[in-house]
Amino acid sequence: MSPGRQAFHPFVLAQRGTLAGRALIAVFTLLILQFLRLQVIEHGKYRLRSESNRLRQVPLVAPRGVILDRSGRVIAENVPGYSILLLANHADSLRAMLDRIQPIVQLDSEQIHLIYARQRAAPYEPTLIVKDAPFALVSRLEERRSALPGLVIQTEPKRAYPDSIAIAHLVGYVGEVTEQDLGNGVFSGRRPGSIVGKVGLEREYEDSLQGSDGVRFVEVDALGRVVREEGAPALPTVAGRSLQTTIDLDLQRYIDSIWPRRYRGAMIAMEPRTGAILALYSYPAYNPNDFVGGIPRALWAGLNDDPAHPLLNRAISTRYPPASTFKLATALIALQRGLVRFDSHMSQPCRGGIQWGNRFFKCWKHDGHGSLDLLGAIASSCDVYFYQLGVRIGVANFIESGNALGFRSASGVDLPNEQQPMYPPSTEYYDRIYGKGRWINYAIPLNLAIGQGENAQTLINMVRFYAALGNGGHVPTPYIVAPRHASPPPVVLPESTFLAMRNALIAVVERGTARGARLANLQLAGKTGTAQNPHGLDHGWFIGFAPATNPRVVVGGIMEFAEHGTAVAPYVARVVARYLLGPDSSREGAGIAPFVVPEDSAPRSEPLDSTPRRPERATPAARPVAVRQP
Amino acid sequence: MQAPRLDRPLVLLTMALMLYGLLVLYSAGQTDIPTPARHVWERQVLWLVIGCVAAALVMRLSPHFLEWIAPVCYAGGLVVLLLLLAVGSGKGTAASTRSWLAIGGVTLGQPAELVKLTTVLMLARYLGGLRIPPQTMRELVIPVAIAAAPAGLVMLQPDLGSAIVFGGILFFMLYWSGVSVRLLVMLASPLLSLLLAFSTPVWGVGFAVLCVLLILWRPFVWEGLAVLGANLATGIVAKPLWQHLKSYQQNRLVSFLNPEVDPRATGWHIIQSKIAIGSGGLLGKGFTMGSQKRLAFLPAQHTDFIFSVVGEELGFVGITVALLLFLFLLLTIIRIARRCSDPFGSLLAFGIAGILFTHIFENVGMTANVMPITGIPLPFFSYGGSFLLTCLIAVGLCLRQASEARELGYRDL
Repeated sequence: MSPGRQAFHPFVLAQRGTLAGRALIAVFTLLILQFLRLQVIEHGKYRLRSESNRLRQVPLVAPRGVILDRSGRVIAENVPGYSILLLANHADSLRAMLDRIQPIVQLDSEQIHLIYARQRAAPYEPTLIVKDAPFALVSRLEERRSALPGLVIQTEPKRAYPDSIAIAHLVGYVGEVTEQDLGNGVFSGRRPGSIVGKVGLEREYEDSLQGSDGVRFVEVDALGRVVREEGAPALPTVAGRSLQTTIDLDLQRYIDSIWPRRYRGAMIAMEPRTGAILALYSYPAYNPNDFVGGIPRALWAGLNDDPAHPLLNRAISTRYPPASTFKLATALIALQRGLVRFDSHMSQPCRGGIQWGNRFFKCWKHDGHGSLDLLGAIASSCDVYFYQLGVRIGVANFIESGNALGFRSASGVDLPNEQQPMYPPSTEYYDRIYGKGRWINYAIPLNLAIGQGENAQTLINMVRFYAALGNGGHVPTPYIVAPRHASPPPVVLPESTFLAMRNALIAVVERGTARGARLANLQLAGKTGTAQNPHGLDHGWFIGFAPATNPRVVVGGIMEFAEHGTAVAPYVARVVARYLLGPDSSREGAGIAPFVVPEDSAPRSEPLDSTPRRPERATPAARPVAVRQP
Repeated sequence: MQAPRLDRPLVLLTMALMLYGLLVLYSAGQTDIPTPARHVWERQVLWLVIGCVAAALVMRLSPHFLEWIAPVCYAGGLVVLLLLLAVGSGKGTAASTRSWLAIGGVTLGQPAELVKLTTVLMLARYLGGLRIPPQTMRELVIPVAIAAAPAGLVMLQPDLGSAIVFGGILFFMLYWSGVSVRLLVMLASPLLSLLLAFSTPVWGVGFAVLCVLLILWRPFVWEGLAVLGANLATGIVAKPLWQHLKSYQQNRLVSFLNPEVDPRATGWHIIQSKIAIGSGGLLGKGFTMGSQKRLAFLPAQHTDFIFSVVGEELGFVGITVALLLFLFLLLTIIRIARRCSDPFGSLLAFGIAGILFTHIFENVGMTANVMPITGIPLPFFSYGGSFLLTCLIAVGLCLRQASEARELGYRDL
C-alpha cells in the first residue's frame, strides 16, 4: 500500500468498507442466530417460565355433595362463604403481609403458627388465612385491597345444616383435615386446608361426598401483587355426589321437638324389613354449623368438657345394659332350644322375689305377679319368671345363642364410631374373671336372663333385634344410605312363635308395663326396660314396633336417668304414631295420654351374706365413650 | 446556499427506526400497574423533534468547519465531563452515577453521549490529518490518548458501558484510517489479557499465541517488549483490579457468565430478559401484550432492556426486522464513509458507525446474554433525550458527508 493520502484512495476505502461490511453482516448474523435459538428453538422452555412467572395456582374448593332425606329434603347443603388467602413467594413476604393485615383480621399466635405451617406445606399456592370469613371482614379487606398485594378473596362453598342440632349426630360435622390424617393417608387427594367429614354421615361417605377440587390461576406481577384473576377456572370443580339417605327428616325433626330436654339419650326409628333407618337421634347434641370454618377453641373445649358429653352419639356409641328389653332374647333362646312354651309356667310363682343361693333376687314388683306363663311374664316383665328361665337355659347356652343372635357384634350401620356391644364371647370369660369353674353357682344366668350382668348393648343393636322379632326372624342390617354388608342369617323359629312373641309384646303395651304407650288407633308392640345404673338413677328403655301384626316401623329409645322404661314408652309411641299416622294423628295418639304409674323398675338383689358381688366393671352403665378429636 | 440533497436510504432507515423505536417505547410503558414509564413516549416525541431540528442544523455545517471546530468541541466536552465529576447527579436508570448535568435544578441530560461525537470529531481530525496512517505503537499514543481521556472521565462517573463505547470508536476509526490489523491486535492484546487473566491456564495459552504472533509479525523489538510487558501487567493487575470494582460491577460480570448464581438479585435482569425474549417465540405475544413487561418482571423495560420488549411482543420476526434495519443503517453509513473524498468526512462517518455499532452490539448482546450487562441505550429505541439527540445529530452529520461525496462525484465506488 502506498503511503500518504493513498490511505484514503477510494479504491482502498472500498476494500476496507467491504471488509467492514462483511464483518458487520457476520456479527448481526450471529446475533440473529442467538435470537433464533432463544425464541424459536428454546421457545417452549422460556414460555413455560414466563407462564410460571405470572400465573399462580389457586385451588378451587369443590362443593361437597348434598345430603338428602328419603323424599329429597335437604339435611346438609352448601351456601356461599368466603375464604381469605395470601399469595406469598417466601415465608418472609408472608410475614410482612400478615403484619399488614393483622390490624384488620386479628389472628392469634396459634392461627399464625397454623398459617406458616400451611405455607410450608404448599409454598407455591396461596396460603389460607381465614376460612369462612364473615362478610364484614371481607368488605373491610376489599376496601384496602390496593394496599394488600397478594390478597386473594375466594368464594367457596361452605357447609350448612338447616336443622342444626336435630340432625347433628346423624350427619356429624366437617372440619379442616389434620396434618396427621394427611400423613396417614386417611383422606386421598386432600390438601392442607381441605375440609373433610369428621364424624357421622359426613365421615362415612366422605369419599363420595367430596368433589374434586379445581384450579384457577391468578396473574401476579414481579412483586407478587395480584394483577388479574382469570375468569374461567383452568380445571373446573366437580361437585361431590349427593347422598340420598333413608332418613325421614320430618320424623327426625319430630323426635327433636318432643325429646324431653332433661334426659340424655337416643332414639332410632327403622324400617324392620329393610333396616333402613328413618331417624337417628341423640341428645344432647352440638350444632354442626359451629364446626364449619373451624370451631372456636372455647366452644370446642366446652363441648369436650361438658359432663353431658354432647359429642357422644348415644344411639350407636354408648352401651347400656339392655335390661328387660333383653327378656325377649331370653324367651327367644329358650323357645329356640325348646325349653319352654308360651303357656309354660315356672316351678316357682312370683312372690316378689326368689332365693338363689344365699341371695334373694327381687322382682321389680314387690307384691309379686303370682304364677305366670311366658306370655304373661313378658307382658308383666316378671323378673322371677325369667330368673328361673335363665337358670333353665344355662350360662353356656345363653352365651352361645346370644352370640348367634348378634348380641356380641356391631349392627354394622353405616356410621363411624359404632361401639361393639359387650357380651361374653364364651364361658372362658367367666373363667378368667372368677377363676376356672368357680362361677358355676353364681347368679350369672339370673342376671343374663333379665339383661343385666355382663351384657351391654347399643341402642341400634337392640333395635335391630326387635326388628327381627317384628318381621319373623329376618335380621336386617341397619343402614342410612346403603347396607354395609348382607343381613346375617335369620333366626329360625316357627311363624307361630313369632306371632306369639308379637302378641306378648302387644300385651306389654295393651295391659303391661307400657300402657302409657298405647295408641288408640294403632296396635303397638314393644318392651320396656330399666337398666340398673350404679352411677345414679336407672336408665329407661323402650323398643316397640307397629303395626304389631305387620310392622312397618320399629322405634327404640333410651333415656339416661329416666328411672323407668315406662317413661320412655310414650315418646316412642308418639314417634311411631307420627310416622304411621302422619302429623295430624300424632296429637291424639297415646303419646299425650297421661302417664300414670311407673311400672317397671330395675330388680335388685339383696345379698344375704358376703357373697362376692359382681365386679364393678361388669356393670356397664352408660359409660361415656371417648370421642376422637376432630 | 442550495439545500444539500439527502441520502434517501439513510433518511428512510432513520425514519423507520425512529418510528419503530417510538412504537416499542410506547408499548414499554403499557404495564398493568402504571409506572412513570407510561408517558415517556410523549417526551421521546419531543426529543425526536428536537433531534431532527438539530440534525437539520448540523447538516448545514461544512466538513471544513467541523474539522476546524473539532478541538474546541472536544476540549469543551472534556471540561464538561470534569465538571460532572464534581457536580453531576444521578437520575433514572443511571441513579447511582454522576452522569447527569443539571443547571438550576433542571436536569438537562447526559453530556457523555455528546462527548462520544466530539471524540469522533477529534479523532477524525487527527487521523485524517496524518500523512500516513500510524505504523507503530508509538504513533498510536496520541489517538489512544484522545479516546482514553473522555473514556477515563466517564469511567470515573462511573459508567463502564459508555467507556467501552470510546474503545469501540477508537478501534473503528483506527481501522478506517488504515492502521494495520496486526497493530490493532497488538493494541487490543492487553485488554484481552485482562479478561483472560481470570483463568491462569487460558491466560497462558493467550500469552503464548501472542508471542507466536509477535515473532511472525516482527515488530520493533521495544514495541514487542512493550506489548508483552503490557500483557503481563494487565494479567497481574487483573485480580486487584477485580477487587477494586464495585460489587454491582462484579456481580454483573459474574451473572453474565452464570445468571442462575443469584436469580433474585443480579441474575434477575438477564434471566427475566431471556424469559421475555424466549417466550415471545416466532411472532411474539402481540404489541403491548408482553406479560413479562406488563407484570414488571422485565427491568428497565423502557431504557436498557427495551429490546427485550421487542422480542417478547413482536417475536423473532420483530427482532429480525429491527436488527436488519440496524444492519442496513450501518452499511449505509459505511457506504457514505467509503464514498467520501475527504478523509475527515470519511473518518467522521465511520466513527459514527462505530458509536452506533458499539451501542447496538452491547445492548442487543446484553438482552440476549451474549454480552455482560453494561446498561447503555439502544439507538432510536431506548428512552433518553441526550442519546437520541446524539444519534440524530450523528445521522445529520452523515447526511452532510453523503451530500459532499455526491457533489464530488465519487458515487460509483
